[in-house]
Amino acid sequence: MTEAKTSAPRARPLSPHLQIYKPMLTMMMSIAHRITGATLYFGMIVLAWWLISAAVGPNAYANVEWFMGSIVGRFILFGYTWALTHHMLGGIRHLIWDLGHGFGAQEREWLAAATIVGSVGLTIALWTVGYFVMGGPR
Amino acid sequence: MSAPHRTPLSQVRGLGAARSGTSHFWQQRVTSVALISLSIAFVIIVLLLLGRTHAGVIQILGSPIVAILMLLFIFTTAYHMWLGMQEIIIDYIHDDWMKLMLLMTNTFFCCAVGLACTFAILKLSFTV
Ligand code: HEM
Repeated sequence: MTEAKTSAPRARPLSPHLQIYKPMLTMMMSIAHRITGATLYFGMIVLAWWLISAAVGPNAYANVEWFMGSIVGRFILFGYTWALTHHMLGGIRHLIWDLGHGFGAQEREWLAAATIVGSVGLTIALWTVGYFVMGGPR
Repeated sequence: MSAPHRTPLSQVRGLGAARSGTSHFWQQRVTSVALISLSIAFVIIVLLLLGRTHAGVIQILGSPIVAILMLLFIFTTAYHMWLGMQEIIIDYIHDDWMKLMLLMTNTFFCCAVGLACTFAILKLSFTV
């Protein structure tokens, strides 16, 4: 209650700006979670386009198939796959924290590394499965 | 921590400055938990559809189990991403008008994308 009576504002500590911190893995992962979330957000346009084209008919669907088979299309799909797996593992990491676990110094680093290794591994695994579903080497 | 500016009533309500308490946080968690299994289902469905003809694709997408899983994924994602983007906008945009515009755009976008996907799935389900 004494705070309200002081006339001069007390010098308060300022939060250091982002540029001051040494880049750390855990910090990069926090940023990556946000960027992948935003990527998936816009990726929903692609999902909508695909589903609507399927509902419209064979010609519209052929256009989507053509685009997704192109270099640009494949790049988008590959990026989407990684964004989804990374964001999902990162999300699970958040849920582990929400349950009160994983805050130790080694645990944090371990979880961050597991998210990267896991998401890259899952992306490669999914594309390998996809490659064979599509008929493998032809 | 003492909070002299908060009345006893506001402390009992526990709704905080946004007047919605922890509901935003909680809904983000609920949708996240649901999205773990729904995203896995979504990825498996996409793998099932790879390389199929249009006729094959619409038959699978329109079958009840697949359609229901897709609808659950679509609803949950639309809500989850609406909450998430709201958070991003509030963090970075401090101009009141800009913030209002972007928050509205976010709502329109999520409703439109969610509805478009839902309509497509329903159309496939009821015409196959
Ligand atoms: C296509 C599906 C998804 C989309 C479009 C999406 C989108 C987003 C967006 C835009 C954010 C806000 C990012 C931020 O505040 O930094 C977010 C946050 C979050 N997402 Fe997702 N997400 C998806 C799937 C998932 C999945 C599968 C999980 C699994 C656990 C998940 C867990 C989370 C969590 C826990 C947060 C909050 C992180 C925090 O508190 O900072 N999301 N998501």
